Amino acid sequence: MLVSANENFSSYRVFTAIFFRDLTVYFRYRGSWINPLFFILVVITLFSLGFGADNQALRVYSPSIIWVTALLAVLLSLDSLFKTDFDDGSLEQLILSSQSLYLSVLAKILAHWLVTGFPIVLATPLISLMLGVSLEVLPELSLGLLLGTGILSFIGAIGASLTVSLASGGLLLSLLSMPLYVPAMIFGAQYLQDAIAGWPLMPSLSMLIGLLLAAVVLSPLAIMAGLKLSVEA
Amino acid sequence: MPNWQWFHRLGSPKWLLITLDRWLPWVLGLAFLTLLLSLIWGLAFTPPDYKQGDVFRIIYIHVPAAVVALAAYYAMAIAGAIAIIWRMKVADMALRSIAPVGAVLTFIALFTGAIWGKPTWGTYWIWQDARLTSMLILFFLYLGIIALYDAFNGSASGQRAAAIMSLVGTVNIPIIYKSVDWWSSLHQPASIKFTEESTIALEMFQPLMVAIPGFYLFCLAAVMLNMKVQIARHGRNNSWMIERAKIDS
Amino acid sequence: MSLRSGQGLHVAGSNGSGKTTLLKIIAGLSNDYHGSIGWRCSNELNPVIDKSDLLYLGHLTGVKSLLTPLENLSWWVSLCLPAYPIGSDEITRALQQIGLNSELNTPCHFLSAGQQRRVALARLLVSQQRVWILDEPFTALDHSGISQIENCIKRHQSSGGMVIMTSHQVVSNLELIQLNLADYQQRPN
Repeated sequence: MLVSANENFSSYRVFTAIFFRDLTVYFRYRGSWINPLFFILVVITLFSLGFGADNQALRVYSPSIIWVTALLAVLLSLDSLFKTDFDDGSLEQLILSSQSLYLSVLAKILAHWLVTGFPIVLATPLISLMLGVSLEVLPELSLGLLLGTGILSFIGAIGASLTVSLASGGLLLSLLSMPLYVPAMIFGAQYLQDAIAGWPLMPSLSMLIGLLLAAVVLSPLAIMAGLKLSVEA
Repeated sequence: MPNWQWFHRLGSPKWLLITLDRWLPWVLGLAFLTLLLSLIWGLAFTPPDYKQGDVFRIIYIHVPAAVVALAAYYAMAIAGAIAIIWRMKVADMALRSIAPVGAVLTFIALFTGAIWGKPTWGTYWIWQDARLTSMLILFFLYLGIIALYDAFNGSASGQRAAAIMSLVGTVNIPIIYKSVDWWSSLHQPASIKFTEESTIALEMFQPLMVAIPGFYLFCLAAVMLNMKVQIARHGRNNSWMIERAKIDS
Repeated sequence: MSLRSGQGLHVAGSNGSGKTTLLKIIAGLSNDYHGSIGWRCSNELNPVIDKSDLLYLGHLTGVKSLLTPLENLSWWVSLCLPAYPIGSDEITRALQQIGLNSELNTPCHFLSAGQQRRVALARLLVSQQRVWILDEPFTALDHSGISQIENCIKRHQSSGGMVIMTSHQVVSNLELIQLNLADYQQRPN
């Protein structure tokens, strides 16, 4: 019993160490959390201009605009998830730690999501205003983006782990992740559409939750394998 | 003690090359025979569809291509799993050999689907068709895996990366298909239905049953040819390979 | 080739002879090899040194440039020695001992290459691991730094630890078994 309690404490210590170290690094480099936010606002502005300031059309297409923009923002930020750790050798230390790599991967993705995905969720009011979406559906919209950015981060991290050792893996990361993003995209946009139209939310919401759970549990397995082969390269 | 010799021999590129050489003419010949039979049967002897006319005959290419494209993906993923678990070089080569064949098949299925769509739906492409959309995503998956494999310049890491990616895709394909299916059922206009297989008449079905094995055989032959290229590329410095090249030339 | 407690191994060889690859394989970072490795005379199929017994310091040191030396070492201690009660005063002492006094709270990208190397090498002072695998530990270090690390390695050996290292510097001060990879090179046909 004593041993297992110790083990649990050790895993917990490793998890928090990685989580808070990554947060510290992200906050010292402000671009890591400002850039995705900035990106999403710029793209939505471009969309609005492209629609010729047709507010009606913008409102109709807002679910897919929000989703595609969030997807691209997460995807572009994922390039950095393991990159610096790979470049400076922290990844080797991470893999050689006696504690579970599974938890380390979870801690890293969670910290990364907190600075890239979560600001997008916090910016939902601004996004709704820009696209002319009624503020009444703000809670639903935020919840949708909360679940959605989580799914996108975990699934995209698989591609990030596989391409981290490549000099220019960014484009390849997008190419690999896009097909895997289809279910999240479908149910996420559907959920926002249902929310805006006032339709029942349970079907798409439960699918989003299911996808998130599956992504959180399963994707670290592929990510671990991806990181190990990247270090070997 | 079970006889594992065949399994170990499978890991030997030299033995594999000899076996490929022995079987390739037979597979290729049989593939051409069945394809020819099914196409002549399907194109010339099957009565036209009472609604679609002769257009429906494209299913003798479209359906087998789609079926084999999906099967090829699973074959590739199995090769990937074997490559990861037993670290078998031959499985890596198999993965890389199957991928382009599968990608081309997927493209054929998409292309013929679009051609079929024009007279039937009035447009080359409709997103509401779950099968076509899933095929498109499968096509992207294939391209991604090939790109990933090649990005590592043929190193062992690239082979493993491609194997992992193909396994991830295996988990995802059913989810992708189901979600696209669900999504299309929400958006599908009632007048359009793409139900070629379920309501198909027996006469139209029979040539299809020849065409599908024909496609399987043809793709097997293509994969075997690719395998030979892969073996030659990996073993270009081996003494037995150089010896063989001397005999060939 | 076998190594006992208290012994050390110096892997020598020209550039590209596979020194780093060999160290990575022993550390368990690479599986792309033929042959076998045993740890504690185990004859298992895939014997790897217990991760809790291994300190690996590669070309890339794992020092984050945005973090301070203190943060870097504390992170490493939590990651690789989570079961040991090593407090912050002990971490500070290790960093001071290796020659970082005023820089304890300066982000590492302000430090010189030698100082950054020292941040990584401070791990040796708090290490509880039995096997050290060091890939070119003396890179960018000055003479006093090198002799300090050499002393550190000697202490480790005398307390029963093992060292496997590569170095282009002369390591005559250390008692190490020499392994020259040139002796194992395949003759081109």
